[in-house]
Order: sequence, then structure tokens, then C-alpha cells
Amino acid sequence: MSQSHRFDGKGLIDRQRPLTFTFNGDTYQGYEGDTLASALVANGVKLVGRSFKYHRPRGILTSGSEEPNALVTLRKGAYAEPNTRATSIELFDGLDATSQNHIGPLKHDLLAVNDLMAPFFSAGFYYKTFMWPAAFWEKLYEPMIRRAAGLGKLSLQEDPDCYAKGFLHCDVLIIGAGPSGLAAALTAGRAGAKVILADEDFRFGGRLTMETFGVDDMPGADWVAKAIDELGSMPNVRLMPRTTIYGVFDNGIFGALERKTDHLASSDGKPRQVLWRVYSKQSILCAGATERSMAFANNDRPGIMMAGAVRAYANRFDALAGKQVAVLTNNDDGWRTAHDLSVAGARNVSIIDTRPSTDNVTPAGVDVFHGKHVVNTRGRHGLTSITLSNQQVLNADCLAVTGGWNPNVHLTCHQRSRPKWREDIASFVPGAGLPIGMRVAGAANGALTLAKALQEGQEHATTALAYLGIQAKSGPAPRAEDEACEISPFWHTGETTSAYKRAWVDLQNDVTVKDVFQSHMEGFRSVEHLKRYTTLGMATDQGKTANILGLAVMAEASGKTIPETGTTIFRPPYTPVPIGAFAGSSRGKEFRPTRNTPSHQWAQEQGAVFTEVGNWLRAQWYPKPGETHWRESVDREVLQTRASVGVCDVTTLGKIDVQGRDAAAFLNKIYANAFGKLAVGKVRYGLMLREDGVAMDDGTAARFTDTHFVVTTTTANAVTVFRHMEFCRQCLWPDMDVHLISTTEQWAQFAVAGPNARKLLQKLVDEDTNISNEAFPFMACGEISVCDGTPARLFRISFSGELAYEIAVPTRFGNSLMEALMAAGEEFDAVAYGTEALSVMRIEKGHAAGNELCGTTTARDLGLGRMVSKKKDCIGNTMSERADMNREDGFALVGFKPVDEEQALSAGAHFVSKESDAVMANDEGWMTSVCYSPNLGYSIGLGFIKNGDTRIGETVCAANPLQGRTLDVEIVSPHFIDPEGERLRV
Amino acid sequence: MIIDHPLLGPRDAAEFVYLGDTALLNRPDWQADDAQRQFHDYLYMRENPAGEMRELWYHERGDRSWLVITRNTLTHEITKVELARDVVRAAQKGRTTV
Amino acid sequence: MRYSALRVLKEGLTGNKGWKPAWRDPEPQKNYDFIIVGGGGHGLATAYYLAKTFGQSKIAVLEKGWIGGGNVGRNTTIIRSNYMLPENQPFYEFSMQLWEGLEQEFNYNAMVSQRGILNLFHSDNQRDAFIRRGNAMIMSGADAVLLDQDGVRGMYPFLDFDNARFPIKGGLVQPRGGTVRHDAVAWGYARGADRNGVDILQNCEVTGFQISDGVCTGVETSRGPIGAKKVAVCVAGSSSRVMAKADMRLPIESHVLQAFVSEGLKPVLSGVVTFGAGHFYVSQSDKGGLVFGGDIDGYNSYAQRGNLPVVEDVCEGGMALMPMIGRARLLRMWGGIMDMSLDGSPFIDKTHIGGLYFNGGWCYGGFKATPASGYCYAHLLATGEPHEVATSFRLDRFLNGHMIDEKGQGAQANLH
Repeated sequence: MSQSHRFDGKGLIDRQRPLTFTFNGDTYQGYEGDTLASALVANGVKLVGRSFKYHRPRGILTSGSEEPNALVTLRKGAYAEPNTRATSIELFDGLDATSQNHIGPLKHDLLAVNDLMAPFFSAGFYYKTFMWPAAFWEKLYEPMIRRAAGLGKLSLQEDPDCYAKGFLHCDVLIIGAGPSGLAAALTAGRAGAKVILADEDFRFGGRLTMETFGVDDMPGADWVAKAIDELGSMPNVRLMPRTTIYGVFDNGIFGALERKTDHLASSDGKPRQVLWRVYSKQSILCAGATERSMAFANNDRPGIMMAGAVRAYANRFDALAGKQVAVLTNNDDGWRTAHDLSVAGARNVSIIDTRPSTDNVTPAGVDVFHGKHVVNTRGRHGLTSITLSNQQVLNADCLAVTGGWNPNVHLTCHQRSRPKWREDIASFVPGAGLPIGMRVAGAANGALTLAKALQEGQEHATTALAYLGIQAKSGPAPRAEDEACEISPFWHTGETTSAYKRAWVDLQNDVTVKDVFQSHMEGFRSVEHLKRYTTLGMATDQGKTANILGLAVMAEASGKTIPETGTTIFRPPYTPVPIGAFAGSSRGKEFRPTRNTPSHQWAQEQGAVFTEVGNWLRAQWYPKPGETHWRESVDREVLQTRASVGVCDVTTLGKIDVQGRDAAAFLNKIYANAFGKLAVGKVRYGLMLREDGVAMDDGTAARFTDTHFVVTTTTANAVTVFRHMEFCRQCLWPDMDVHLISTTEQWAQFAVAGPNARKLLQKLVDEDTNISNEAFPFMACGEISVCDGTPARLFRISFSGELAYEIAVPTRFGNSLMEALMAAGEEFDAVAYGTEALSVMRIEKGHAAGNELCGTTTARDLGLGRMVSKKKDCIGNTMSERADMNREDGFALVGFKPVDEEQALSAGAHFVSKESDAVMANDEGWMTSVCYSPNLGYSIGLGFIKNGDTRIGETVCAANPLQGRTLDVEIVSPHFIDPEGERLRV
Repeated sequence: MIIDHPLLGPRDAAEFVYLGDTALLNRPDWQADDAQRQFHDYLYMRENPAGEMRELWYHERGDRSWLVITRNTLTHEITKVELARDVVRAAQKGRTTV
Repeated sequence: MRYSALRVLKEGLTGNKGWKPAWRDPEPQKNYDFIIVGGGGHGLATAYYLAKTFGQSKIAVLEKGWIGGGNVGRNTTIIRSNYMLPENQPFYEFSMQLWEGLEQEFNYNAMVSQRGILNLFHSDNQRDAFIRRGNAMIMSGADAVLLDQDGVRGMYPFLDFDNARFPIKGGLVQPRGGTVRHDAVAWGYARGADRNGVDILQNCEVTGFQISDGVCTGVETSRGPIGAKKVAVCVAGSSSRVMAKADMRLPIESHVLQAFVSEGLKPVLSGVVTFGAGHFYVSQSDKGGLVFGGDIDGYNSYAQRGNLPVVEDVCEGGMALMPMIGRARLLRMWGGIMDMSLDGSPFIDKTHIGGLYFNGGWCYGGFKATPASGYCYAHLLATGEPHEVATSFRLDRFLNGHMIDEKGQGAQANLH
């Protein structure tokens, strides 16, 4: 197809590089340098989408990221990108876009029927109906509403592209590379400051690329090219086109999204986008301004466009938005549109200026209607004519509208600064309380002429540099004319009476002038109420072209001024940012780091099944050939350990080295039980409380010398316990001579448990080490060496209840030690056991673990109440004495077994007495941990139940209605195996 | 946010873990007659000011210093950063609360 | 004016010119029986039930700005009654039951939509904790279903089951959980309260309390002094600031919680899903936006805006859970101020000052509690006694050690 609306101009497209693309299956041609929107304009395509609520036909309204109408789904399949603004899509060869939010062809959308129902879909209608009968809301009404919801579709496939993140630092961040941004960058760059210049467009220059202005006696586009050349040659300046500064965060931190491959047919495995965090000392916002519309009946038809966009398509892209163009204006900008279009070859250009008279010179061949406005338009799928307030009808296929310009204050408000109203330009400009280090220049600051923009860019850069102690090189600002920009506010043509003659304010969400008046009528008068009641400004464009207009209408309805009416709050992001970009590479297996244990390689070789424990991967069990169910493996590991010997990697337990003259005194304050008198060469079980008296963690502390302890924590609490101990050391008792260091990752540690544990270890420890029961009794510890001189630490502690040791070697020897232990254990039929067997054995022994130490249980609940010393100052003992934590009927940790031993217990069951109903009022506690005990031959469990310690032998009901597995259980001692602890000491 | 660590210079706040009001430095005397009441106020009651606040941050992904940071809860502006240890020692010397 | 389909039809045919303000805009009277400080969801609900259910009159709601402008207007709209502890779960189930009859009750369609909430688990320990929770739910009259991995796959096949760092092992579903159109809750209660004679006074900031001999007799406001027999404070996000005017310190810290919404998308997600291996939860609104959030930023703040590390953390969770949302765009992020109590549970109680009541400390769970909070607060105000499902929400509970700590994090507000 020919590009029917393309003309020979001086635009910034490369005619040597024609590109082919498809829209809704039709093939078109464009050029490199086009956006999808400009290429569609050049091809005379008017109808590009449907509005959200009424499915009204919609065309391209703007030429920038503020576009509310021209949203398409870009690309196909897993690459499909819904709701993409045609005005921001850089054209590439083979581009494939489709329109959204219609059933059937775009031109004959079945849901357009909604438009006929419009009188009943007025603001807030859904709050007032769909209530009867009650059940119909969820069964009928809501599914209906939900089916109509949304715009584009997700592919439901994993995003195949990858994203990267990066960090940048600079002296001055300049946001926007229009005239003021370029002037600022030249000033800061020439002074040697580290500068980042970012612009969302793929081409720098801002409005200079879209207007016909000259700078320094050369065409604007040439001046831009020269400026970019100079900036590009400066090593201290980083130019970032295709980069949106989307948000302002604390202390000069900005969020930036750089589009790396969106303008290419394929990302080719490279990151599609980069999410930068920019750390700036100073920032200059040169984000320009956004043109606003006026509201009149049927002002939403395809072909009705912002005047600035019409000029942009003509001047930058050599594309005519229409061949018969009318311009509706309340300011001098409209005249420039008429002029540029006449030059570009549009016929019958006319200007409708709402002002009674102006000083502008009428361009040749242009009709002017002063003091008139537009009251209606025609043309369902594309404008055909407009009706003026004097009822004169003009044929037109394009109406260029300008209601003035709104400075882009968005980023100035991300830290709750409120914009202020400036009467002379009838717009909000940045207010007080800007983000620290930010200055605003050019149109964003309300300086709406080119000369002022250039001047402000330079001045603000000079000030920012001075703030950094850098002297700017003096010189005049780039020269340009101060073009006319007089404005006389004109918002809408009055409340229209007919429901079908609506004047639109928010074009994407279908909010009309009438809706705003109705919102006022019903008492929703605060601007936030207006927004929420009518959905004004809540669409994907966040009301960039609509909000001020809506505000003006509300101001009129309530008889207030616009500044009295206020503004809604601007929130990040400036334009929408893909969720994938925020996530970066933290997804899939890389979502969080993986910590492998030292014997991971060995375990892998054995075919171990692994489980996630925090960020750790631990061997859960080690299946042998022929084992078909996990229980077979686990039962074997447990039985073999208790019968002979087993080995388990317990490196994940936290290890904290505690050294210093006051180490013992320090631990005595950290642990609830006494620690002052622990002998060198001994280990003690330690219970830590939080300051609120609740059990925090348990573990052991081993004393190697007078001044050196090694503390262990549970795997889950390794980090928090260390943090807590550092808090105590630095913040509570800073004068104690004690130092802490986490050595969790420095030492590989293995439990060696079972009656043959000593025999096995004997084969590995070096000759001078005596580990006989007499020399190295239960709860002994020592620094030894193994395997001919490898330094090691040995602890005689037991979690399994068997004769057991934990042996630690420097991590790099961990895998080898595991191999050595298993080789040495071969003669004893030693077994490696995983976390499941570990858990079974600790339940059999009645030891508390994570399910019992759940942050709400006290030492008393755990049966350790007597351990809490009343004779010393330690963390938590004072608060552990509070009345409710010492109730007579408090919880106690006890054991449980099913009355019918064939039944399996379930963790999470609630206890109620036999006679009671299973309701919360009768709740007496819950089952915390269960397992099948291969030693006992039935299911066993631990749990908290009121007064548990006095109820041994009682049968209660373990209610588990969730799984339909309620059964009778007997309360027993939690020590299922070796209650006297004889095995530990042999 | 950026925290200007007294030893390490400016650091992203994401390296730190937050605890809260520096009142937590004033741990009561366990032997006081009303020790439980004092610990209750110490642990649970908060000024929670809207404005300048002194608070404890821990440089967990860094040098493990506990810091006292003076920060405005309305603007997030940080005006002072000290080592908690120094603050506590100075207070203990002057026998004042921090 | 009663709302109905017929009324909408009638107004539509006559140009929508007959609608009346949803609530009056009265001048403050000199004295009231009850003053509710705070025109948020909880305050408006309190006024509504006080007038409608407990038959009280001479009630005013005082709002500093515009009603519904606090957390009821800036949350992620989720309702659920899936708590674990006996002090909490019956209260939230009561709230759920009030939600279920709400629209007919106050003649306003707040779009209570029970499309289900799914909490995923990724480890055996998490499963055990969910079984405990699910049983607590059922035993307090709520509904709960435990799913295995296949069950979850059946509901949401597009979650990451095959390449996940923390594989999904199953989930706990509350089919009656869901979402509500949050603003409409404030408006519905406001309109209902107004119709029952309550004065809603917007732009009326309480600047002080009139307290003599340990009894509160009224408030000072930006619109002049107003006397009251009972003053009930209900100002989430400002609890400490307001109660400081009565010289009270609270077991509360204020923190910022960010929330996020994507551009509008055709529906893919019917219910609410929460990720169990990261900080992320999500639902899809009736307009098509994915509404999602995660953890609080973690530092005390009144700024109503957050920072990037949490934004990225939340989106990482989202992508880990459902990698098909990568090309959906985040449209808007905002922050609300959460009054985080020191055990993660709220307060509905008298204070030591006569006639002065306090409701607050809802952490980030206040929205779902709105009906029950209002109902129970009204009960306390009208009868002097706590409602039976809210007896534990006392201000002195830390003194006697009766914490209500669902997460087991102890006395650290930002961990709840």
C-alpha cells in the first residue's frame, strides 16, 4: 500500500530505509525513524482502537508517551506485549501489531453496544445496582463485568526475554533532552561534571524535532545534531536515549528504564531492557510539557488530535494527519499548527480560535474563525465534519485541538510536593518542596517558549554546578526567538444535555464532562473522590491529557478556582514499566541464591533427594536402588543409625565465634541458663530468649579456651541470632571485651551418631587424640586434627539421642571428610542420613525444633522453665515472668501417639477433650511435629496442650477437619526413645 | 535512601536492617522494683514521632555496625549518622539516656 | 434516595439529573453523644453500626480531609478470615460474615466478590503451619481447603511449577476469601451512616482533646470546639500523632506499605494468590489491573511513599511465582501508612482516660476487618463492654503477657 499521507518534507525519517509492518493483518510501509503511530498516520489509518467502557472508535491522539487511545498489542505469542502505545513504538522491519478490546473486527466491535447503554452507565452506576438478588452478583453480574474488563491480553506464557539491572552515579542527572535539557547538558558537560542525559524518545531534541524553530541561526534539528555530537565526544557525559526516568526516590536516587532491544525485530538473547538505579548529586528536570484538549460534543472521534501532535507528524515524520485540517485553539500555538500544515500541503486549513481576537498573522490560504468553538463532530470511524458554535459546518478529516500546555511536573511530585497554579499560562507548575537536589527548567517549569527553555537549561545547570563546587564556563545561552504563547483558558463547551452528545474528558476510561458534573451533584467533590468515583485519570495514561481538564470542570461545578480544587497525587512510574524489568534476573532458579552444603557434591553422587531449607539445599534422604517410597529410605537411615552409625551434614546450623576476656560473662547475659562457670573443653546446651521472654533459639556453646567460645544456632535463626548478639554487644554492653564473627560458612560440620560412632571416628582422628568415653565424655569439646593433620573441632553432643559427635573441619575439606567418614564407616555399615531421618530421630528423642520454637512459645511451654535463671540479668528473664505467660493452664510440650497404632498422626491437628466439639472455644493446643517411628512401629508426635505435663496417659481428640483425619490420641512423654539418656553417655 | 556510614561512607539503605527507636538502647535495670513495668515501656511503648527520629540500623550486608541514624519520618531526610557504640558510651559517661 | 436498578434506569432516561448527594455536608453541632475521630473505613463503619444497630443518636464523624482518604482508599482490597490464633480468627470470621451481607445491609454495591484466596506453601513446615491454620479456620466456622501441587496446578496452571527455586508443594484455600471495591466501602458506610442521622464532617481536623479530671469531654477542631460524651479515636496511620494530644504513648509504630497495580489486562486470575517463598500477593480487579503488594518497607515513615528495594523485591516475587507477567506493566505504585502494633494484632479498647476510646494498630490487615472493627467498636461504645469476638484486643495486653502474635516475631513492629 502506498503511504497516502506522506509528503516530501524535511522530516527525520530515512527514506533510504523503508520498513514493512502489519497492523491487524494488513501490510503497510514506513521508514526508519518512524514510530508505529507516525507510520499509521502516513498510511492514512485513522481507527486504531476502542475505548475501555463504551468501546467507542478511537484514533491516535498524541505523538508521545501520554497517548490514551492508540494502544496495541505488539508482537505475537510469548513475546506479545499488550497495551503498548503506538506513539512510543519505534518502527522496525516486520513489526506486527494488533488492536485491542474488541469482539469481532476493530471496525465492527460487538461490544460497541455498550455505547447505546451509556445513559445507564453513568458515573458510579455499578455502586447503585447489581444488588438483587444477592446471589446474582457473583454468579451473573460480576462475571459479566469481568469478561469485559481490561484492554490487552497476556500470553499466559513465560516471558522469554531477559532483563538486566545496573547502577549509575553522576554529578548531574538531566531528565529530558529537549532544548532545555540539551542546553543544561552542554553547560554541565563543558564544565567537566559527570553528566547523565536521559530521554524517553529514541531521538534527542524534544520539541525541536517536531517544530520549525531555529537555534543559533540554524534549523533546530541541525542544532540538536551538533549538540549531540559535542556531548557525545565528552567522556564525562553519558547519553541515554530510549531511557525513561520513571521515578524519584529518596536522597537523589532515580529509577530509569532503558529499552535496549525493543526497537529491534528480535532481542537475540540480549537483555531487552535495563533497569538502572541512578544515584545523582543534582538533577535537572527538563521533561517538557504535555498538550491538553478541550471538551466538546463527540471530541473523541478518530481524526481529532492534539495540535502539537499534528505538527510533530508533519515536521518530524513528513506525515499529514489529514488533508482537510481544522485547528481548534485557545492559544497562539494553534496558529503555528495551521502554518506548518499549510506549508506541508494540507488543503482548506482553518483556525477556530475561542478568543474574540488575537494579534496573530493569518497564514496564507487559511480561514480564521475568531470567538468560535466546536459544538459537535461527525464521522464514526474517522472525522468527516465539525459544527462550529455558529452552527456552521466545516468538512474536515482532521481536527487539531490545543487547549494549552501542562508542564510535566510529574517527577517533582513523587515526594509529595504539590504543584502550584500559574494564572498566566493557566497551568500547574512545580511547587515548593522539590525532591532534594532537583531543579526544573524549560517547559516543565512553565517556561513555554524556546528561548526561555534554552536559557533556563543553561542557568539551572550553572546553579547545580555551583552547588557541587564546579564553575560553569561562561557564555551566552543558545539563541532563539521568543515565540508567541498567549493563552486564554477555554475548557469545555458547556454541559451537554443529550446523553449521546457527550464531551469527553478522559478518552481511555470514557469519562465525560457530564460525569464530572454528576460526581459533583452526588457529593464526590474532592478531587480524589472525583477520580475514584468516575475513574478519571486511572487509565494506562494516568490522565496525562485528561486530569487538568477534569479538574477545571469540577472547579466550575463547585464554583471554586482550579488551585482551590487541587490536584490528585502523581505517583511513580512516569510511564508504565514492565514487571519483568523490575524483577531483572531474579526469577526461576535464580530467584534467590542457592547455598550448597560442603558435602553437596558427594550427596549428588549418591543420588540424594534435596530439600530447600531457607536458601540452603540439604539432602533430605538418600534413596538406595530398589527403594520406591521415601519412607523406605528414611526408615532405613534411622534404623541403621540407631543400630550402628549414621552421618549427617549439619553445616547449615549457625556458628558464631565468640572471643574476648568477657566472652563468658557476655554469654551469661545472652543465654537464659547459667553460663559463667562452663569449664574449658565443655559444651553446654543454651536457651536464648527474646527480650519479651519468648524462646528465641536454642543451640550449644562450646568453650575452647578461657576467652574463646563457639556458639551454634538453628539453621533458620543463624542470621537473626547473630544480629541480636551484635546488638547486645554494641548497643547494650559496649564496654565488654568480646568480639563476634559468624563462621557458619568457614566450617563444615557433620553429625556422627550411633553406637559405633566412636569406633568410626577413632579411625579418622590423628594418633595423639584420645576420644575414649573417659577422656572425651558426653558434652566434651576439643580442637583436634584428623586424617593426618587436618585441623578439626570435635564436640560430643547429640541431637539424635545416640552416642554422637559433631566434627567440624575447614569447609574446603568438607566433601573429602564426608567421603572419608563413609569409607571408614563401611565396616560398620555406616549410613548417610538426611534431614528427614534427622527429624524422625529428634522427635523420637523429644527435642524441640522449628515447629516448636515458633516464636510464641516460652521456656515453660517447652518444659525448660527451670533453666531460666532468676539469679542473673539476662535477655528475657524479666519479661518471661509476666502473669499470662505463667498461667496455671499454660501449654506444655508433650508426646502423642495414636490410640489406634495403625493410624497416622498429622501435624497441625488441634486438640480438644474427648467430650467436646471441635470448635475454637474448646481448643486446647496443637500438634507441632509428627513422624513414623520405625523403632516403635507407629506414628508419634510432639505438640503443645494445656497442662500437658500433668495429663500423661489421657486420651484426647486430635481434630483435623481440614484433612478429614480426626482421631483419638494418647498423651505420652515426649521422650519416646531412651528417656533416661543412657545411650548418650556410653 | 542512602546512609552515610561513619566508617564506610555513603551506602544504599538496602544493605541495612532496621530495628527502630533508639529508646531500645536504654535497657532498664532488672533489679528495679518495677522492673516489669519498666521493661514493658522499654519494649513496647513508642514515641513514633512524625518528624525527626533517632533510630537503630544494622549494617548486616556490610561491616555489622549498629548505627544511630537521625532521620525525618515525614521526608526520609537523614541528617546524622553515628556508631551506636559511641552513642551508648558517651551516654554512659554522662549518665544520661540516649 | 434508595439505589436500585430501577432508579438507575429512571435516571438514565431523564438525563441523570435527579441524583442526590450520597451524604449531607452539615455544619458541626456544639455537642454530640459520640464523636468518631477519623472518617476512614473503620470510623464510618463504627458510626454506621452505632446508629443503625445499636440505636444511638447524636453521632458525628470528624475527618481531617476527605472521607475514605486513608488506608481504605489505598489498599489491595483483599478480604479473608484465615487467621490462626483463637484471639483473632473468630473476629475475622465475624467480619467475613458481615461482608457477606453488606450490600443489602447498606444498599450500596461495594462489589464484595468471594473468588477465593490461595496461600501457597513450599515446604513441609509451611504445610504443617497451614494445616494448623486451616483447622483453626474450620473450627471457628470458616471454610478452608488444603490443596496439593496438582490441586494448585488445576486452579492456576500458569504458575511456575517446573523451574522454581522454591517449588510449590500445595496451598491453603479459603473459597470465601476475595476482594471488595475498597472506596465503595467507605462511601457505602458513609451514606448508610448519613441516612441514619450521623453527621459526617469533612475538613474538620481534631487538634486536641478536652480532658479534665481524667475524663474526656470533647475535642478541639479546626472548625471549633465540639463537646461529646464519648470520643472514639479511629485514625489508622495517625494513631500515635492523635493520641499524643491526649498525652498517650502507644505500642505502635507507623510504617509504609507499598502497593502496586498493573495496566488493565483481560482477566487471567480469578482469585487472590499469595506466594509463600517471597513477599508477593496478587489479585486482578474488575477493571483488569493486577493489584499486588508485598512486605512493608521496614522503617518508620509517615511519608506515604516507599523506596526501590521493596518494589524490586515484590516484582521478583511476582516473576518467580508467575513468569508470564513479565511483559505486563506496572502502572502505579503508592504507599499507605500502617500503624504496626508490637505483636501484629489490633486494639479496640477504652483508654485510662474516661470517655476516650481507641481503635487502631491494624498493621496491614485493617481493610478486611472494617465491618467487624466498626461493629465491635460500636458495641464497646454503646454498651461499655467489648464484643465477644474482640475481648483480647486490649491496650494492656503486653503488661500481662497476653500477646496475640500470629507470626511469632515478638516485640518488633516491622516484622509483623
